[in-house]
Amino acid sequence: MTDVLMPALSPTMEEGTLAKWHVKVGDTVRSGDVIAEIETDKATMEVEAVDEGVITEILVPEGAEEVKVNTTIARLNGGAAQTKTEPAAAPEPAAAPTPAPVATPPAAVAPAAAPRDPELPAGATLSRVTVRDALRDAMAEEMRRDERVFLMGEEVAQYQGAYKVSRGLLEEFGERRVIDTPITEHGFAGLGVGAAMAGLKPIVEFMTWNFAMQAIDQIINSAAKTLYMSGGQIRCSVVFRGPNGAASRVGAQHSQDYSNWYAHVPGLKVVAPYDAADAKGLLKAAIRDPNPVVFLEHEMLYGTEFDVPADIDWVVPIGKAKIRREGSGVTITAHARMVGLALAAAEQLAAEGIDAEVVDLRTLRPLDHETIVQSVMKTNRLVSVEEGWGPMGVGAEVVARVIEHAFDYLDAPPVRVCQEDVPLPYAANLELLSLPSVDKIVAAARAVSYR
Amino acid sequence: MARARAAEKTKSTPAKPGHNADRDELLGYYRSMLLIRRFEERAGQLYGMGLIGGFCHLYIGQEAIAVGVQAVKESGDSVITGYRDHGHMLACGMDPNEVMAELTGRATGASKGKGGSMHMFSTASDFYGGHGIVGAQVSLGTGLAFANRYKSNGKVSFTYFGDGAANQGQVYESFNMAELWRLPVVYVIENNQYAMGTSIERSSAETDLYKRGLSFRIPGEEVDGMDVEAVRDAASRAAAHARSGKGPYILEMMTYRYRGHSMSDPAKYRTREEVDQVRKTRDPIEHLEHRLSELGFADEAALKAIDADVKRIVADAAEFARMSPEPDPAALYTDVYLEAAQ
Ligand SMILES: Cc1ncc(C[n+]2csc(CCOP(=O)(O)OP(=O)(O)O)c2C)c(N)n1
Ligand SMILES: [Mg+2]
Repeated sequence: MTDVLMPALSPTMEEGTLAKWHVKVGDTVRSGDVIAEIETDKATMEVEAVDEGVITEILVPEGAEEVKVNTTIARLNGGAAQTKTEPAAAPEPAAAPTPAPVATPPAAVAPAAAPRDPELPAGATLSRVTVRDALRDAMAEEMRRDERVFLMGEEVAQYQGAYKVSRGLLEEFGERRVIDTPITEHGFAGLGVGAAMAGLKPIVEFMTWNFAMQAIDQIINSAAKTLYMSGGQIRCSVVFRGPNGAASRVGAQHSQDYSNWYAHVPGLKVVAPYDAADAKGLLKAAIRDPNPVVFLEHEMLYGTEFDVPADIDWVVPIGKAKIRREGSGVTITAHARMVGLALAAAEQLAAEGIDAEVVDLRTLRPLDHETIVQSVMKTNRLVSVEEGWGPMGVGAEVVARVIEHAFDYLDAPPVRVCQEDVPLPYAANLELLSLPSVDKIVAAARAVSYR
Repeated sequence: MARARAAEKTKSTPAKPGHNADRDELLGYYRSMLLIRRFEERAGQLYGMGLIGGFCHLYIGQEAIAVGVQAVKESGDSVITGYRDHGHMLACGMDPNEVMAELTGRATGASKGKGGSMHMFSTASDFYGGHGIVGAQVSLGTGLAFANRYKSNGKVSFTYFGDGAANQGQVYESFNMAELWRLPVVYVIENNQYAMGTSIERSSAETDLYKRGLSFRIPGEEVDGMDVEAVRDAASRAAAHARSGKGPYILEMMTYRYRGHSMSDPAKYRTREEVDQVRKTRDPIEHLEHRLSELGFADEAALKAIDADVKRIVADAAEFARMSPEPDPAALYTDVYLEAAQ
């Protein structure tokens, strides 16, 4: 007897809907046969049999929702042949073997049900929208508004986006404006810049920013510098966007944070939103901006819901940081996914009597150092948090600006929380140790508070 | 239609040289291919159980290619590929235990748990990875060939890449240098008809990938990648060309990936019937089973015994991968730099 378990189809999947059974009790299945379809928030997927045998029981009915990963959904008879038909050949079973313990990441920090954000316009109705859909809505609204705006990238059209960010855009805007490219980042980034020089307004999606390293020459040498080199003649209004930073267990080549790389370059604007309202409002601003904008999203936030103003033309200005939580004891700066960690750390610190102010940088270039400096003048202490490596990083810049503008206000040397100074490892425990965490932020805030 | 096109074109591959089909050789291919298939099925299952994280690109359907090329590889010839690499590693002779333990991120893995599915290497097996950036391995493989020529060691670099990777610019930069400098590299294009959700027709102006070297004067041929003997024979011609100092050679292997691109793949870009059709009519393992029985080299019982043996190896690997400890936390900081010689 072999148990068929509810499979995880992505590293972040915890449960899903058992949408359809393709087999019934009594059916014989071979490995590779499709036995069921399951649905997650991203897509419907087919479950294939691994073991061979006859279905003896179906334990979870079609249509069942919230089926937890690893629940037994059916039983097979005969499939146990995998090991049990050759007991002689099987290794001597060790005394009650137990699988080695494996590190599990802490549960996702749910955004606290905060009081209504004062920045959100008073009269507007708010709706709960995922970051993924907020980005899509921003693109759709700007494409309706301006015929020159188009989207291109790998899998953006027919597949609806590798991470489903462009869902529905092909259907609404057609193949002329939603364009699947071959895997040729350097080529299509350059093509996008050229189209922008000719007056179009491309949104160039990179499946992830890791792959934009193929294209970085066009982003920096062509997009960022041409206005200047042409004495102001050649314009280049283009948005480069896609997920940045570490997803989950995807290894060193797929996990890098490029915030500081692009924020280093004059001629580029660099935006890295945390919540859905900023994702939408800042992306709309980026598309309207006459300059090249690097727009850094985060895969781990795509599925998170936040309040977004509905029914209004919601645009958030580029270049303004945002105080996410007011406090008087220590300033914590962060951007993108790190904002959620900083907010969770602030809650924990509050319980210890440390009143943290969380500054969401939102835009990295131009950096709104006034907001940061003013906060530090009030708290006299600074912790900067970023997901990427520390040396020559965003935190290094934040600290330098604070020292330049508020040196006399600091009561303690600032502390940077960042990724360990190594390529991101794959092993679950090492990955956790390498990335910034709530605990690391709490410890840093204690340190600058001499607690 | 990708499938129809592949089927019709693979007819043009050279006739199988049944005469040199030696029994042990063919049974060896069968065993290697089956090991890959069973290993990948098990890896898919461990992924579903949450034991493997991140990406996990399975090689099911493409087994004949890694195994057929391996058959002509000499010791010291190098192999390099992308992220769909488990099959190549097993074909090169890497230990299934260390490959599976790398998939689960354990200290006993081929990269000590630091690399994962896409990043494994074995200097002992001349396997240079395991690369996550589409197309990057093509320049690297050309560099391995450059080193061979530099050292005049008579070795060849087998450089694998996909139909999607064939559109990356550095592929053509590499082709030009390889022919210009007569580098001993065999470019093996695994054309499984899709790059993620994009069929080759939707991404490529010239879909005959074996012709992609023409403007650099690199010879190319199309090969039935579902027929291990055809793969072996073509690889043998290509390697002889490269080894004799004539420069690079391109082999376009017509194949098919049965599973999704990685684990979470909604598979809306092709029909279930298309996949089933290939499995029923072109499966490389079944094809070899027929050959073996047609030649009288193995009966059903013999094949079953191989399958049982392979299943045991794979079950052991899964057990090893589950029971092995995670890396020591101190391993986080090792292998970033080597000590410089004083
Ligand atoms: C430079 C780069 N761009 C995009 C990706 C994302 N990606 C990974 S695999 C893949 C498809 C590659 O297809 P193909 O070359 O046909 O190989 P196959 O997966 O079919 O083996 C894409 C787009 C990547 N890893 N690297
Ligand atoms: Mg392919």
